[in-house]
Amino acid sequence: MNAALTPETPMITGAQATLMALEEAMALDPRVIVFGEDVADPEGGGILKATKGLSSKFGSDRVKSTPISEQAILGAAVGLAIAGKRPVAEIMLMNFTTVAMDQIVNHAAKIRFMSGGQTGVPLTIRTMTGAGTGNGGQHSDMLEAWFAHVPGMKVVVPSNPADQKGLLLSCILDDDPCLFVETTMLMRTKGPAPPPGYRVPLGKAAIVRPGSDVTLIGYGRPMFDVVAVADKLRDEGISVEAIDLRTIVPMDEETVLGSVAKTGRAVVVHEAVKRFGVGAEISSRIHETLFDKLKAPVQRVGAKYTPVPFSRPLEQAFLWSANDIEAAIRRTLRA
Amino acid sequence: MASAEPNSGAAAGLLPAADTLIAMYKKMFLIKHCDEQMRATLRAGKIAAPYYSPRGQEVISSAIAVNLRQGDYVITIYRGLHDHLATGVPPRELWAEYAGRVTGSCKGKGGPMHITHPASGVVVTTGIVGSGMPIANGLAWASLIDKTGQVTITNFGDGAANIGAFHESLNLASLWKLPVVFVCQNNEYAEHTRFDGGTAIDSIAKRAAAYTMPGVRVNGNDPGEMWRAAAVAIERARSGEGPTLIEAMTYRFHGHNFGDPAEYIPKEELADRMAKDPVPALRVSLLRAGHATEADLVAIEKEVTDTIADAVEFALASPWPDPKVEMGRDVYAMEIQP
Repeated sequence: MNAALTPETPMITGAQATLMALEEAMALDPRVIVFGEDVADPEGGGILKATKGLSSKFGSDRVKSTPISEQAILGAAVGLAIAGKRPVAEIMLMNFTTVAMDQIVNHAAKIRFMSGGQTGVPLTIRTMTGAGTGNGGQHSDMLEAWFAHVPGMKVVVPSNPADQKGLLLSCILDDDPCLFVETTMLMRTKGPAPPPGYRVPLGKAAIVRPGSDVTLIGYGRPMFDVVAVADKLRDEGISVEAIDLRTIVPMDEETVLGSVAKTGRAVVVHEAVKRFGVGAEISSRIHETLFDKLKAPVQRVGAKYTPVPFSRPLEQAFLWSANDIEAAIRRTLRA
Repeated sequence: MASAEPNSGAAAGLLPAADTLIAMYKKMFLIKHCDEQMRATLRAGKIAAPYYSPRGQEVISSAIAVNLRQGDYVITIYRGLHDHLATGVPPRELWAEYAGRVTGSCKGKGGPMHITHPASGVVVTTGIVGSGMPIANGLAWASLIDKTGQVTITNFGDGAANIGAFHESLNLASLWKLPVVFVCQNNEYAEHTRFDGGTAIDSIAKRAAAYTMPGVRVNGNDPGEMWRAAAVAIERARSGEGPTLIEAMTYRFHGHNFGDPAEYIPKEELADRMAKDPVPALRVSLLRAGHATEADLVAIEKEVTDTIADAVEFALASPWPDPKVEMGRDVYAMEIQP
């Protein structure tokens, strides 16, 4: 979305973007180690081929398939990182992080602080998730708010292949533990390929549509609808400034607050359930800082407060829609 | 105590040299004396900290430590004072960390349950039962990739052997032949529950068979037997043959944590075990074997008591960390606005 587009720009999927980032990182830094369930070539190079070819190119020392043992995977990642490596551990699906939360929350996130800075955990956890694929309640949750609530973690959710490549490379080269969320649907969706070496810094949001009437903040898969709604309303004379947050932690408060200071109105959109989510945090920061500049209360759009349902009409009812986003914008304009 | 499986080192009749036994005694006396001073200091209210006394378990960490080399990694748990001291964490930094002072090994940010001192090899101390074993595999994997010959020791209690991470870790370590020694310090109580009240098998070492790795149960309070088991397992790991599970049988002289009256421990049982205190027992055997004179041992003990007296004084006189400086630091590699 942000890479320079020419008619010759090749198109790649999210999975290919991940592979590009991993390959570049491994070539750049011999400390980078990639492992997880089924990631090596004899096991297929990942369920979506996002690690295909890496073990053949970089050897079985640096690219390894593991048993189905999430605590062992993330514990090994913490140990590798303390020993000076830059592990990229794959937890196949985000719901599976729940069986290894101890290593993420009690160890990866806290070891730098608890050791007084003597040790650190430069770890990237790649994990995939998202509803809309009929995978039901245990393969679809967006749990990014949990991890953002743990000091010490960085949390990144890209919305397009170019960002996915650029942000993943930044996570791997970063000195802190990063949770990198790959959206299942985006892993198969094509977008313009970034040039080699392309990096997106952590903590830098993108203003994808400049505007002046209302600020629309999103991240991850809903960015498609965010942009579509912004373009639709522009035709009606409503100027929407659309922001892709890209990084949840660290959050680009400057870009978000700068935009809302200008527009006086804000809507936050995410795929995760609306209640107790990242949207509440953003809304709260806006109210705390810009209360006297607001022309309307901040609105949130997110999924319904239920487990992710299986049946298609239920799953569609669970998820946000472009109509929800549009309605939320209109509520801020009525006030 | 008999091994669950024959220990090749023990079978070979390997014996620790006299100077090794003296080095072990010095570590054991350091642990015993430090523990006594810690409990007295807590009782006097001069330090407020969670404390899990390792008194009675001195042989295990001392026997392991004398077999380690510079660069080896040690992971331990909240009951870790013995492992910290034996491995070489400086008493000043240790005491200052217990006291929450900025001169502590972790600047007072971790406390007793998270003592870290990479220079001596103590890279992780965890307060979560069973969580050190998966991390040990990662440290060991890094050594294997770089062919450094480093060995990783991961200490845990008998209670931790019932945590799922134990199974995941031993399986992976064996599968990848990682240079790890899994040291289960079986002190017969998991918090307040007796070993047989929480564990379906009569020996943790037997579980090693399920992971195709050697498992040995040794008397962890016997300096010779414990030293042999450690020497064999560490050499096996260093030479690339893979991990070993050692179940070191021992006994905890105090409650689970400081302030626990330990009403679940029968008084006669405790009295019987305390009568077999391994620290004075080694002292007697060093004298009897002619490895050391009374004067030698008194000199060692004097050095230790002086060291601890200095460490306590240093800790209590040290400044507290400044919240304005330390709160934002070390949360991330660089201070950021999250």
